[in-house]
Amino acid sequence: MSTTLLAVQTLNGLQLGVLLFLIAAGLTLVFGVMDFINLAHGVQYMLGAYLAAMFVAMTGNFFFGLLLALAVALAFGLVLEVLVMRHLYDRDHLEQVLATFGIILFLNEGVKIVWGAAPLHVPTPELLSGSVAIVEGILYPVWRLAIITAGLVIALVLYIVVAHTRVGMLIRAGATNAPMVSALGVDIRRLFMIVFGFGAMLAGFAGAMAAPVLSVEPGMGDNLLILAFVVIVIGGIGSIRGAFVGALVVGLVDTLGRSFSVDLLRMAGLGPGDARTIGPAIASMSIYILMAAVLYFRPTGLFPAKG
Amino acid sequence: MADAALPKPLAAPAIWRRLWLPLAIFAALALVPLFFPGDRYVLTLVARAMILGIAALALDLVLGYGALVSFGHAAFIGIGGYAIGIAMEHGLVEGFVTIPLAIAAGALFALVTGAISLKTRGVYFIMITLAFGQMAFFTAQSLARYGGDDGLRMYGRTEFFGYRWLQNEVVFFYVVFALLVATFFLLRTIVNSRFGRVLRGAKENERRMRALGFDPFRYRLAAYVLSGAVCALAGALLANQTQFVAPAYMSWQRSGELIVMVVLGGMGTLTGPILGAAVIVLVEEALSRVWQHWKVIFGILVVLVALFAKGGIVHLIERRRG
Amino acid sequence: MSTPILELKGLRKRFGALVVTDDVTLDVLSREIHAVIGPNGAGKTTLINEITGEVAPDAGTILFAGRDVTRLPVHARALMGLARSFQITQVLPDFSVLENVAIAAQAHRGSSFRFLANAAGEADLNERAMAALDQVGLTARARIAARVLSHGEKRQLEIAMLLVAEPKLLLLDEPMAGMGREETERMVDVLMQLKGRYPMMLVEHDMHAVFRLADRISVLVYGRVIASGPPNAVRADPSVREAYLGEEELV
Repeated sequence: MSTTLLAVQTLNGLQLGVLLFLIAAGLTLVFGVMDFINLAHGVQYMLGAYLAAMFVAMTGNFFFGLLLALAVALAFGLVLEVLVMRHLYDRDHLEQVLATFGIILFLNEGVKIVWGAAPLHVPTPELLSGSVAIVEGILYPVWRLAIITAGLVIALVLYIVVAHTRVGMLIRAGATNAPMVSALGVDIRRLFMIVFGFGAMLAGFAGAMAAPVLSVEPGMGDNLLILAFVVIVIGGIGSIRGAFVGALVVGLVDTLGRSFSVDLLRMAGLGPGDARTIGPAIASMSIYILMAAVLYFRPTGLFPAKG
Repeated sequence: MADAALPKPLAAPAIWRRLWLPLAIFAALALVPLFFPGDRYVLTLVARAMILGIAALALDLVLGYGALVSFGHAAFIGIGGYAIGIAMEHGLVEGFVTIPLAIAAGALFALVTGAISLKTRGVYFIMITLAFGQMAFFTAQSLARYGGDDGLRMYGRTEFFGYRWLQNEVVFFYVVFALLVATFFLLRTIVNSRFGRVLRGAKENERRMRALGFDPFRYRLAAYVLSGAVCALAGALLANQTQFVAPAYMSWQRSGELIVMVVLGGMGTLTGPILGAAVIVLVEEALSRVWQHWKVIFGILVVLVALFAKGGIVHLIERRRG
Repeated sequence: MSTPILELKGLRKRFGALVVTDDVTLDVLSREIHAVIGPNGAGKTTLINEITGEVAPDAGTILFAGRDVTRLPVHARALMGLARSFQITQVLPDFSVLENVAIAAQAHRGSSFRFLANAAGEADLNERAMAALDQVGLTARARIAARVLSHGEKRQLEIAMLLVAEPKLLLLDEPMAGMGREETERMVDVLMQLKGRYPMMLVEHDMHAVFRLADRISVLVYGRVIASGPPNAVRADPSVREAYLGEEELV
C-alpha cells in the first residue's frame, strides 16, 4: 500500500463522492419536498451521459455538447414529471417505487434501441485532458480534477441558493412541511416542477461529466442510484448538507474499501488466500454496513430536514 | 339489557364461494399436463409461473398483509437456490435434507436482516431491504468457488431416497403444483389466525394496536421470517427446474418484478399474487418472442400497473361478478 | 388510604425551547375520576402521551399500579392495564365492530402467536366483545365495518375496546370532542356508569361534563399544574378564573 496509491484512490473516492452528490442532491430534494421516491433518477444520469456522447459527437465540442445535453435532459425530466410523476405525489410509496421502476426498465432498454448495447466512447475535451502532477510524483487525470471541482462549485452554489434565496427558502420550507407551504398560498405545483426539473438537470450534468471517464452503457445508472439512496439515507432525507456529507463519505468508503480491503484484511491477520476471497465481497458490502450502522444510531440519518 | 345473540363471524359467506377463484385457478393448473401431454415447453413455462407464484405469495404476506415494501425479496429466492446448488456441489443431493436446508437458510437470513430492517419505517425500510438484497447479490458474485457471476450449473435435480423422481417433467410439475396449493392454504390459515389478525391490525392502525398491548415488531419479524422461508423454497424449486442458479436470480430488478406480480394480481388477497405471477411470466415469455427489445413494452406496462392497478386483477374480477 | 393507581412525579418535557410539561405532579386514586382541564396548548395531550409511553419525558417518574413504568414501551403499559382513548378516535377501519373489540380482548387472553386456528371464530373473545359492546350500546352495529360508523359511534367503539380488556386505568383524551348535544349526553351517561368501577383520568374541554363527572380537577396551564382539588374549590380559585379569562366560561 503506497502513499501514491492512497492519494490517488482518495481523489477517486472524492470524484465518486462528487458524482454521487450531484445525483443525491436532486433525489433528496424530490423526496424531501414531494415525498416522492424517484428510482428513475439513475436513468436520468444515464440519459445525461448518452446525450452528452451524442451531442459531443455531433458538434465536435464538449462544452456545446454538454449544454445541449443539459437542455434536453431538463426537457425530458419535465416531460416525465408531467406524464407520470405528477400523478403519483399523492400515492403510496409503493406505487411510486413501481412506476419509477418501470421507467428504469423502459429507459435501460430504450437507450439500447437508440444507441445500441455497446458502450459509447466520449473523448475528454482537449483543454482538460491528460494528467497533472498535484504533488511531487503523483499524477492525476485533469478531467477527474475537473469533475471534483465542478461538483464542489455546484455544492457551494446549491448551498447559497438553498440558504440565501427566496426559492431556496421555499424549498427548505417544502422539505419540512409541504402541505403548510401550499396552504400559505405558494404555487406548490410550480415549486414541484422546479425542484424536479432541477434535480434531473443535476443528474444529467453528472452523467455528462462522467461520460469521458466512465463507461456509457445501458444500466450505468443503476448501481449509482442505489449508492445515491444509501447516501440520502445516511445523510438524512431532504437535506442538501446531508447529501453532501453522505456522498463524500460513501464515495470514499466505497473506493478506498475496494482498493484496500484485501490489504486491510491482511493487516488484520488473515491469510492472503482468504483475504483475496473475502476482501472484494466485504468491500462491496462496506457501505451497506455503514448505512445499517448509521441507521442504528440515527434512524433518520445524520441531518434530517424534518426535525 | 337483554343478552344479545352473537352474530356469526364476519367471514360469513359460505367458504366455497370465497374460494371459487383460487379453486378455479388450481383446477385449471392441474389440468395443464392433460391438455398439453408431453409438451415440455408448456410444462416448464407453467411450472415456472407456479414457482414464482409461491414466491409472490410469500411476498404478499409481508407486503399485502404487513404493509412492508421489501425491495430485496429476490435474495431469498437466490439463497434457496444456492443452498440446493452448493449442497449438490458437495455431493449432497437428498431432497429431504437439502430442501429443509434451503428453507432454513432463507429463514435465518430473514431473521437477521429482518431484525435490523424492521427497526426502520417507510422509505428507510425499502432502502435497507434493497441494501441487504444487494449484499446477498454481491456475496454470490464473489463466490468464485460456486461460479461467481457466471452462476452454478447443477447436473441433475434433487433426489428423494436416492431416486431422481423430479427429473420427470410431469412429476416435477405436480410437485410444484402441490406445493403451491399447500402454500396458499397455509398462508390463508395464518392470515385468519390470531397472529394474522394482529399483523393485519398493525397494518391498519399501528398506534391503536400498540395502545391495545401489541408490539408490532415481533409479529412483523415472524411474518418476515416465514416469508423468507417460503421464498427460499421457491428458490430451491427454481434452481431445480433450471438446474442452474446465479447471482442474477437475486438482482434488485427481480425483487422489483416480484412486487409487480403482487400488485398487479392484487395485494393482500393471496389469490392475486398467483394470478400476477402467471400473467407476468406469460407476458414476458410472449413479448420476448416477438421483439428483442420487449423490456421497453414491459417497462411501460409496469408504469401503467402502478398508476391504475388499484386492487389488482382480483379486484377487477370480483367487481365484475357484482 | 389506598395507593393511587397512577402517580406522576415531577414530570418535565420540552420540545426545543418550548416547555410542554413543567414539573407536573399528580395522582389518580383508585375509585375516582380525575379530570385535567386547561386552555388549548396547555400540554394536556402531551401529558397523556407521556403517561402511555408514546412520548418520553425528560425528567420525572410515572408510577402505575405501584410500578415504575417511566421506561416501559407503550404496549407493555397497555398490557398492565393502562387503557387510552385518542382525541381523534383510533380504531381498525376495515375490521368489523365486533372484531375490533375481539382483537382488544385478544391482547389479554393468551398468546397471539397462534398460527392455525381461526381467530374470528373464537367464542370466548366474541362473547366478551359483545358484552363490552352491550355496555356502550353498540351491539346492533356489531357486524358493520368500523369505517362506516358515525363519529359518536366510533367513540363508543373505542370505549368498548378499552373496557373489554378489564383495564386498571382509563385515560380518556377529549372523549366529548366533536359530538353534538345528544351524543355528549350519551357519553356522559356511559362514563357515569363506569364511575367508581374504573379509575379515570379525563382530559376534556366540555365543562358541563367535567363538573358532572369529576371527583377532582387539575388545571394545566402552559404545562404547569396551577390548581388541583375538588370541583368547587377549583371553580372558586382566582388563578383558575384568570387563566380561563376569554376562554370557556366555567359553569
